[in-house]
Amino acid sequence: MQIHIKSDGLPIYQQIADQIRHRIIARQLEVGNEMPSIRNLAQLLRVNPNTIARAYRELELEGLLEKRRTKGTFVASHKSNRSLKERIERLQPHLDAVIIYASQLGFSKEELVDQIKARDSIIHQNRSATEEGLS
Amino acid sequence: MSHLTGSNLAVEVSNLQRTFRGKTALSGVNLEIPRGTIQGLVGLNGAGKTTLIRHLIGSLQAQSGGVRVLGHDPVRDPEGVLKQIGYMTEEDSLPKWMRVGELIDFCRGIYPTWDDRYAAELSEMFSLSKKTKLSGLSKGQRARVGLLVAIAHRPLVLILDEPSSGLDPIARSDILEAVIRTISDEGRTVLFSSHLLDEVDRVCDHIALLHDGRIIDSLRPDDREQRFLELTYLSSETWFPPESTERDTRSPYCFGWKRSGKEWTTVLSGANDQEPPTFENAQLIAQGPVSLQRWFEASVTESPSTKMNQVQDTNEAADD
Repeated sequence: MQIHIKSDGLPIYQQIADQIRHRIIARQLEVGNEMPSIRNLAQLLRVNPNTIARAYRELELEGLLEKRRTKGTFVASHKSNRSLKERIERLQPHLDAVIIYASQLGFSKEELVDQIKARDSIIHQNRSATEEGLS
Repeated sequence: MSHLTGSNLAVEVSNLQRTFRGKTALSGVNLEIPRGTIQGLVGLNGAGKTTLIRHLIGSLQAQSGGVRVLGHDPVRDPEGVLKQIGYMTEEDSLPKWMRVGELIDFCRGIYPTWDDRYAAELSEMFSLSKKTKLSGLSKGQRARVGLLVAIAHRPLVLILDEPSSGLDPIARSDILEAVIRTISDEGRTVLFSSHLLDEVDRVCDHIALLHDGRIIDSLRPDDREQRFLELTYLSSETWFPPESTERDTRSPYCFGWKRSGKEWTTVLSGANDQEPPTFENAQLIAQGPVSLQRWFEASVTESPSTKMNQVQDTNEAADD
């Protein structure tokens, strides 16, 4: 698994969790896929094994990964275990960035919402297309 | 095995003092490295990192204070310590007149725990030929030989003193991989001294910052987001941040002020759930995580008035 790590201050476990999450949500990693062991991924990325363990733990909390005793870590059928408040807090910085950029580019609030809806349907279309292609 | 019993600490340095010709090199250094962890050691040139490491490998005796490696005093009991240590330094100090195979055989004779299979595996991984003279190898290949002889006896403690300086990215990556492999081997411990902060950030469990012979801060990379926040304020050209007061670790304080035009950034310590401070005539415009680089810079920078010009220069140079 290729994961890119930047040194801009965002904690490394979070960068790793973000990239794995993205793959799961975009269905590049399928439900039931086995994740690399902590040890292997640590060696591959040259990252402290505890950092990988923490990234996996975060994703387990989100319900994206599940640990099966003695068998390893697998992609779970995702349900978020986080509270609404927590989910809003996570989303907020990304929303802020989009809103600021959109207003700078001259989009009105309504236009931005339309753009979000349009992208959302494209992403979901792609997703079902991948699913059909794979099945 | 006696070295596996007793203390949970692989390295224990307590109140270590060292002066060279009246000049203080280390002062009141305390460092505890739990077994099975990777300890980073960072600091400016001349901060005392190599002096500290030389105490651990028994080449310097403590003038006062205590040094224990795997429970032994490295100076009084070199037998008990050195065979369990792997050591690699930035200096290109291997005997260049030797062939790779001769050096490997030599080290094999010294260390009772030498692992032939591991040595062969590393030789192959690094594409090393036993017949090549060390003088005929590139710097990167010689560093790999140095790494091989530092780890093929599967040391309980691996000490790396600036192992990556001046090496190409692939050689550096090989060194990092060896560090991770060493730690994945149950209970083994690594001390990693380096100027390459992003590497330190990736591999270490704990990072100690040595400055003017003292450990001035110590952190876990994962704790950084909880302990520190970088704040950016917008103000007028004539605005200056308030004089920094004596550091109080209990309450939040700002340090490492840095200016770029009308914008000032600072590191807020003790940021945990605190509201960022407000200043007259300065507006908070951004806040975000602190990189290890920023923490380092802020921690070793003195008051803004004395350092401002230099910091401003480096800041501009680093912008691209």
